[in-house]
Amino acid sequence: MNNVETYANIPVIINKGADWFSSIGTEKSKGTKVFALAGKINNVGLIEVPMGITLREIIYEIGGGIKGGKKFKAVQTGGPSGGCLTEKHLDTPIDYDSLVAAGSMMGSGGMIVMDEDDCMVAIAKFYLGFTVDESCGKCTPCRVGNKRLHEILTKITDGKGTMEDLEKLKNLSSVIKDTALCGLGQTSPNPVLSTINNFWDEYVEHVTEKKCRAGQCKALKKYYIDPEKCKGCTACARACPVGAITGTLKNPHVIDQDKCIKCGTCYEKCRFGAISIK
Amino acid sequence: MDTIKLTIDNRAVEVPKGTTILKAADQMGIKIPTLCNFELEGLALKNHPGGCRICVVEVAGRRNLAPACITECMQDMVVKTNSPRAINARKTVLELMLSDHPNDCLQCPKNGKCELQALAADMGIREIPFQGEQSEYPIELSPSIVRDANKCIMCRRCESVCHEYQSVGAIGAVERGFPAVVAPAFGKNLIDTNCVFCGQCIAVCPVGALSEVDHTGKVLRDIANPDVKTAVQVAPAVRVALGEEFGMPAGSIVTGKIAAALKAIGFDYVFDTDWSADLTIMEEGTEAIGRFKAFLAGDKNVKIPIMTSCCPAWVNFYEKFYPELREYPSTAKSPQGMFGATVKTFFADKIGVPREKLISVSVMPCVAKKYECEREELGANGNPDVDYSITTRELARIIKMCNIDFKNLPEAKFDSPLGESTGAAVIFGVTGGVMEAALRTAAEVLTGQTLPKVDFEEVRGLEGVREATIPIPGVIDLKVAVVYGLKNARMIMEQIKAGNCPYHFVEVMACPGGCIDGAGQPYHHGDASIIKARHAAIYKADREMPLRKSHENPEIISIYKEFYGEPGSEKAHHLLHTHYFDKKKHFDLEK
Ligand code: SF4
Ligand code: SF4
Ligand code: SF4
Ligand code: SF4
Ligand code: SF4
Ligand code: SF4
Ligand code: FES
Repeated sequence: MNNVETYANIPVIINKGADWFSSIGTEKSKGTKVFALAGKINNVGLIEVPMGITLREIIYEIGGGIKGGKKFKAVQTGGPSGGCLTEKHLDTPIDYDSLVAAGSMMGSGGMIVMDEDDCMVAIAKFYLGFTVDESCGKCTPCRVGNKRLHEILTKITDGKGTMEDLEKLKNLSSVIKDTALCGLGQTSPNPVLSTINNFWDEYVEHVTEKKCRAGQCKALKKYYIDPEKCKGCTACARACPVGAITGTLKNPHVIDQDKCIKCGTCYEKCRFGAISIK
Repeated sequence: MDTIKLTIDNRAVEVPKGTTILKAADQMGIKIPTLCNFELEGLALKNHPGGCRICVVEVAGRRNLAPACITECMQDMVVKTNSPRAINARKTVLELMLSDHPNDCLQCPKNGKCELQALAADMGIREIPFQGEQSEYPIELSPSIVRDANKCIMCRRCESVCHEYQSVGAIGAVERGFPAVVAPAFGKNLIDTNCVFCGQCIAVCPVGALSEVDHTGKVLRDIANPDVKTAVQVAPAVRVALGEEFGMPAGSIVTGKIAAALKAIGFDYVFDTDWSADLTIMEEGTEAIGRFKAFLAGDKNVKIPIMTSCCPAWVNFYEKFYPELREYPSTAKSPQGMFGATVKTFFADKIGVPREKLISVSVMPCVAKKYECEREELGANGNPDVDYSITTRELARIIKMCNIDFKNLPEAKFDSPLGESTGAAVIFGVTGGVMEAALRTAAEVLTGQTLPKVDFEEVRGLEGVREATIPIPGVIDLKVAVVYGLKNARMIMEQIKAGNCPYHFVEVMACPGGCIDGAGQPYHHGDASIIKARHAAIYKADREMPLRKSHENPEIISIYKEFYGEPGSEKAHHLLHTHYFDKKKHFDLEK
């Protein structure tokens, strides 16, 4: 017993009795649970909910739905070494066991909601970066393995990944889980494994089509000028820091994809909405 | 005793409670690979961090794989050491290790003797599937040790030895995560730490991250130089270990072959450190007798216990950790030092060669001796008494380079006048040997009687701390202690500091079992039976010597007649004794 949440439960249990407390929640996970609801959701903050509540209730009733009316994609629970729950888990009652069964965990009680603009490969990479920093370095799988996992994910989000890399990711993740010395290493591949399980298509797209559907992986972004909409004002060409845009006044401009460093300046400069990201 | 029944690879086995899966499997003939796990059984060296994860096995009902080296057997456990899951995990972990490794075996000091290399061969590694950032550390040189942290696999064996066995703590894990490595703190060079250059870290390192400074090139260069003469000396412990490098069984005594090989290599004069070990007994013994007599006469200022001073790692230790007690150890130089001082004076004069033109080389089981050679006080006018010291392993390499069939080499004798020795000298190679050799001479000198029996079994053995009371009839009941491992030496120093040290005479060696397991010896890879075989061989060599007491060595008697006068003479003091420095301040100032 060493966290505030546990202490906070005690006075209530003393006041109202253990029977009352255990009447709340599910058979195996009694009482209530505090989550830190965050991410792409209208109402962020700390919430205390009875065990057994569904994700749908949390997100749409308590959380007030996804920001900007975007489409729900996933919710990451359990902190950096947790996993992702997706649409198919929206109606699963949440307790310790169901989260583990779904490939995540209760962990620190973090609950980060993601929408269609979040790239799941980038998310996995983000969380892994955290474990790479936190690894103590004592055991090989965590010290070297997580570093290599992170490097492979970076390769993929940089558009240089191969299908073989995806196989390596899978094997390496499960070996790290199987062999790391402490809890940190044993759970660190969870974000990779759970995003691979639930969003395999996105991984494959990154690798085979060099495409990030969320548009989050900068290296995979492609800026295009729509010749129909381009008025040939030259604003973009003048603003481009690397001279990737060519074209003459009043004629449609073109972006040289090999030169483009995907800085987005042209996109912001164009007053006619002629530049799009694919 | 409680026993546990379990199944390993479909075979039933019963083991005492507390046995690890690794040991249980081992006794069934199932060899689970290991890297970090290390133990020199019965010799106080061990390391069980469970960190490398090479030894993982599958245990039925367990969520993840279990490290066999630190997982205890449980009743009815079902273990698979060779399931596809375990093999794949082991291979992947090995590949990860190799993905942050230079993999330049051909230029590596451990080539052919590396545990990582052997494992990669056994596991059939043909490519390393993971590429990425590699650790980059500068290669560090010190007088004795080359440290290439790029090859460190973080097994932490060296750290355990340096901290727990030697109580020095010069190297340990620094940084965390991927940059983690075992190194001296604050990015220092070993020479700027409390390192005593015992080299035991080298002796246990499974890879080429730690190795001895190599002088083989210099030796071959000087042998080929017509303008200089070369004289070589060979330490006692070398003769019971060198054979291993040529496929001979541990404990083979190859004294005569060594003399023959050194001659074949082309040294002009092939002498024996055993000769100067006898000389050490004369000097150290005389000093000890002087102190005992003063002590018995009630002198309150005399430093008792007298301590041996022939192990240079131990000398470094008291200079760095206990400089205030540096008057307790004998002022006698090490046998290497005494030999060097004699060869560069008496012998150089005898052959009419200036000391600068006489290159003196030593073959030692030791890497601390390399450091000792560089001590300014052990030389004259900037010319060292011993130009360089090579290890047993380096000698083996030279012999191989010179195309010598060592195993079938006919034996030869050491040259005169610095080549004759007694059994008292050869036992310098083991823990308790210097003590026993000193007792053989001191007892006869103190009583004026011939010893009925020269064997002092009381001080023999392989325990880290041994004590005995040796009655010297009519003089004293001599309380002696023999220790190896500097942690044990520290304990004695603390007793002296507290004023409750019960001993009159203490022998200290830094290495496990003494010089037989010095850091320059052929690698034992954790096999204690090798050390035990060398130990037995030393006593066998002693028994087989016609003379077994240092003072009976005719070449010792003659050197006193011809050159030194008598033990403890002014000349002997000048050449055969030394003084110690306070090297502690230096570190305190830095802090
Ligand atoms: S799994 Fe634990 S012990 Fe191993 S390196 Fe990571 S944090 Fe350290
Ligand atoms: S994104 Fe930046 S680099 Fe690329 S074309 Fe536009 S302005 Fe130039
Ligand atoms: S340490 Fe071993 S594996 Fe590494 S380069 Fe040297 S011999 Fe090869
Ligand atoms: S040589 Fe001895 S003291 Fe120095 S780092 Fe190695 S084990 Fe420690
Ligand atoms: S230097 Fe050698 S013994 Fe020390 S941790 Fe590294 S690999 Fe292990
Ligand atoms: S015990 Fe022997 S081999 Fe070890 S450091 Fe001392 S002198 Fe050298
Ligand atoms: S040998 Fe078991 S973890 Fe290293």
